[in-house]
Amino acid sequence: MTDTPTTAGTAAAVEPAEGDEPQIAYPRTEWDDYEIIPPTTSLSNEKLTMWTFLGSDCLLFGALISTYLLLRNRKPLTGPEPLTAAELFDIPFTSVSSFVLLMSSLTMVLAVSSITRREMERCKLWLLTTAALGAVFIAGQVYEFTSFYREGLGYTVSISSSAFYTLTGFHGVHVSLGIIMLVTLWVMVNRGIIGPERAETIEIIGLYWHFVDIVWIVIFAVVYLIP
Amino acid sequence: MSTATEAAPEEVHESDEAHDDHDHGLSDFGYIKVALLLAVLTAAEVLIYFAPPGPLEVPLLLILMVVKFEIVVAYFMHLRFDNKLFTWMFVGGLVLAIAVYAAMGTSMVFWTDPAGCDLSPSPNC
Repeated sequence: MTDTPTTAGTAAAVEPAEGDEPQIAYPRTEWDDYEIIPPTTSLSNEKLTMWTFLGSDCLLFGALISTYLLLRNRKPLTGPEPLTAAELFDIPFTSVSSFVLLMSSLTMVLAVSSITRREMERCKLWLLTTAALGAVFIAGQVYEFTSFYREGLGYTVSISSSAFYTLTGFHGVHVSLGIIMLVTLWVMVNRGIIGPERAETIEIIGLYWHFVDIVWIVIFAVVYLIP
Repeated sequence: MSTATEAAPEEVHESDEAHDDHDHGLSDFGYIKVALLLAVLTAAEVLIYFAPPGPLEVPLLLILMVVKFEIVVAYFMHLRFDNKLFTWMFVGGLVLAIAVYAAMGTSMVFWTDPAGCDLSPSPNC
């Protein structure tokens, strides 16, 4: 703000100092009595951005889940009926995977809770535990995909199998990205780059992690359990 | 989020724990209780899968799914304690997704050619 309010009724040029741009003096108004405050929600922009991203990610997973639901019983026009993923589901195994992912949400929230209490060692422990539980989930998914493939359910076997692998694969990619972010957080906390004053950074990554958990809650029920 | 509200275990108020400067959320023990509740609900889902209660199977599974979803969002993601704008940003995307894909789903199921030629082309088409 280089404008200088004056009591003059009309705009007038102010004599510039040497080397400065000439300034225009505008008529004084009632608004000049108020302090100019930038518009703000008084909320964290980073947190709001993450929530907006998660809201938009609902659309991505909504598309994948609804596509799977529409195509999962679709049969080919000719030839023998191919396998469907539903015929190969190992529900006890997937239930354990779901439990592991649920517990990783607990360890994530405990990491956030720890850093707000300035317990950095405990925070690092919970972050690593969360990443490890996520890795166990991904290992389970790789095992599941491998066993399905060995049973004859390849990605291109049918449109149903393509929809299944695309949906669960996208979720797996989200979990994998989450693991990378968690390990990065652990390194940053370990090096002192992130301290208690930046607890919100861990909270924001935690939001992402909980989101992949709630997406799996929906996938587990809608894809695996509901006939 | 009435279901999650009723299940609220041990909310921490600012005066409850002097060393906890987190201004919202649960205590660690509260989070563990929420996780145990989620584990029990997951076990209930699996039980329903293996011993389906007739026509109630799908509604029960859907209800349990929604309850688990709400609990994680409300407590682990702190939406119950945070500013409502965050809730609106998330719920806005969620409702939009449900509306768009419900509309798409109904269009694929109900508004198709009677011969089924739109979704499942057959030799008769």
